[in-house]
Amino acid sequence: MVTLSSDPQAASDMQLAPEDLKFHVRNVRVSYGEKEALHGVDLDIAKTGVTAFIGPSGCGKSTFLRVFNRMNDTIPGARVSGEVLLDGEDIYGPDVDPVLLRARVGMVFQKPNPFPKSIYDNVAYGPRIHGLTKSATELDEVVEKSLRRAALWDEVKDRLNEQGTGLSGGQQQRLVIARAIAVQPEVILMDEPASALDPIATARLEELIDELKDRYCIIIVTHSMAQAARVSQRTAFFHLGHLVEYDATNTVFTNPTDSRTQDYITGRTG
Amino acid sequence: MSDATPPETTSIHQSADAHKLLRKRRRRERGFRMMGMSAIVMAMCALTWLLISIVGTGYTAFYQHQMTIDVVLDETVLDPNGTRDPDELRKANFRRIIQNTLYARFPDITDRRARQDLFKTVSASGATDLVRQMVYKTPSLIGQTLTLEVPTSDDVDQLLKGYIDREVSEDRRKLSDQQIKWVDELVASGEVHARFNWAFFTATDSRDPELAGIAGAVAGSFMALLVAFVVAVPIGIGAAVYLEEFAPENLFTDIVEININNLAAVPSIIFGLLGLAVFLNFFGMPRSAPLVGGLVLALMTLPTIIIAARAALRAVSPSIVDGALSLGASKTQAVFHHKVPLAAPGILTGTIIGMAQALGETAPLLMIGMVAFVTEIPTSITEPASALPVQIFLWADSAERAWAERTSAAIIALLVVLLSMNALAIFLRSKLERRW
Ligand SMILES: Nc1ncnc2c1ncn2[C@@H]1O[C@H](COP(=O)(O)OP(=O)(O)O)[C@@H](O)[C@H]1O
Ligand SMILES: [Mg+2]
Repeated sequence: MVTLSSDPQAASDMQLAPEDLKFHVRNVRVSYGEKEALHGVDLDIAKTGVTAFIGPSGCGKSTFLRVFNRMNDTIPGARVSGEVLLDGEDIYGPDVDPVLLRARVGMVFQKPNPFPKSIYDNVAYGPRIHGLTKSATELDEVVEKSLRRAALWDEVKDRLNEQGTGLSGGQQQRLVIARAIAVQPEVILMDEPASALDPIATARLEELIDELKDRYCIIIVTHSMAQAARVSQRTAFFHLGHLVEYDATNTVFTNPTDSRTQDYITGRTG
Repeated sequence: MSDATPPETTSIHQSADAHKLLRKRRRRERGFRMMGMSAIVMAMCALTWLLISIVGTGYTAFYQHQMTIDVVLDETVLDPNGTRDPDELRKANFRRIIQNTLYARFPDITDRRARQDLFKTVSASGATDLVRQMVYKTPSLIGQTLTLEVPTSDDVDQLLKGYIDREVSEDRRKLSDQQIKWVDELVASGEVHARFNWAFFTATDSRDPELAGIAGAVAGSFMALLVAFVVAVPIGIGAAVYLEEFAPENLFTDIVEININNLAAVPSIIFGLLGLAVFLNFFGMPRSAPLVGGLVLALMTLPTIIIAARAALRAVSPSIVDGALSLGASKTQAVFHHKVPLAAPGILTGTIIGMAQALGETAPLLMIGMVAFVTEIPTSITEPASALPVQIFLWADSAERAWAERTSAAIIALLVVLLSMNALAIFLRSKLERRW
């Protein structure tokens, strides 16, 4: 098999009804300068639930994730081609402003990156720049609601004016999620959100993802297959810039079609 | 052969060769450390020597000998017509008043030559100016007797500071034996005494060293620095932010970047020439003015500020900007809400260091005429002014011993300001620096 991702079987394993569809991706290629990192990916993402991207390091998971909120635009030399529809609208279309797109598609990074400001200001930043609230009390409510949703409120409600960077790693990551939630996004992208966390913080984060999955479309990149199995409903396996396999998480882990997926999940390749 | 070195007990790292190599490595390490230490010791010695020599010659300028005299404000001398006309009063013969005061103190001296010598023990213009000011302000003082402290002449001051050798024969000395006798008498009676030299900080430049101060030069430096700050900081930070964050990467910005780096290495006198050609000759701005000096210093500091600000911006973790962008902040918002505030301590440090450099600059100010002999404290940035380093340059050129100590004292003042600025930079950096 040479043309891997264009192999209709890989993508068509996941059949989603049009009304369940959040993202519709066709033939997406990303290159950094001369080097192509993603070689044409076709894939559909469901409106709710968690979609996990797994695959060996350097296979293009993060690159692909950044396609959904156009964060690749901020990398000098990065070029994206292909079709990416969000609710049927091409997000790379000429009249789409990435600033508004990113308000709809939030992102959580590998390393927790709260702003070196107070916890309150971290969460309030998004609503402020987008003008989402009319009054200070309304902003207070948004901050509280977002922190509650991110399961952080009880831990920080008495010290909202303390530095966000003073929290523990797991709390910082939940703060960043609250910060993203405060903008009222439809999608939350997470790039290995637990890779800098200890097992207990990881467990809390996974719990949180599970709570959020009914309300938001969540796409998570993870290098931990156990995590993908625990939190996701669908899993896409990437290898060397190709989408190799995409199916219900159960199927991918118990009954993979491609030998490379099998090798990867059984630990024969890293 | 193999019996000689039983393989099972000797690791390859314990062989004789390995030990030899290890000794060599250790020797190199010691050698390098010695070199580093001796370099530091040499630098410290040079610095200490510099400081000791400057402070050693300069500290005596911070005190000054004053003479207490009873001045009789004789109406027949000052205002023979009794008009109290201010213009007349200003022109009155205050010199005679001071002379009479001294003659009254030593009534035995009647010889004309001797009286002249006696008068030379006080600062002629210092004493007359002081009395003239007082009478001009309060004409009702005329007719009264005032007890005043006036500066001694610089020669008397130098004698009492021990810089004039009493053992040297009279004709090779600035003061005659007779003058020394009078001074000793006045010192013994407590009429001549040392005082803290406030005038050094409150007076402007003067032909007489005992009256000269740095206030005018400090004011000139301060104004020039203010102009440089107001011009260079916004432009420098703006340029740095633009180049670092928004400029497209192309040949043009590459050339701009190379030129900024080169500009930082251009000798300062070239900036002075530029200021002369552009600001004075082309724009016709006033000569010797802090405005032009400040503009030249601004041009000179710009590269320093731009380079420091760019380094500070680059040091901000990109993850912060990514975080802001991912929330839907525009690039400008991400930069100005997050990156610039986080880079502020670094930018500030660079700015202060740039300003400190500018404060010490002499050559460009010489080119635009800030070497004038100015006896007024400038009140606006377009008035002629001097600057502290230029003042040092001017005083260093004068021969008298009294100027040497003032030169050193002015250097001390400049160093104190420079060190405080650098200390402030270090303090702000450690205080404001935030971790993320
Ligand atoms: N900013 C970048 N500039 C150049 N190449 C990049 C950049 N980011 C990623 N790449 C390259 O793209 C490929 C995919 O990287 P990435 O998406 O980070 O992989 P993953 O997240 O799966 O580990 C790698 O070969 C990587 O070297
Ligand atoms: Mg990655």
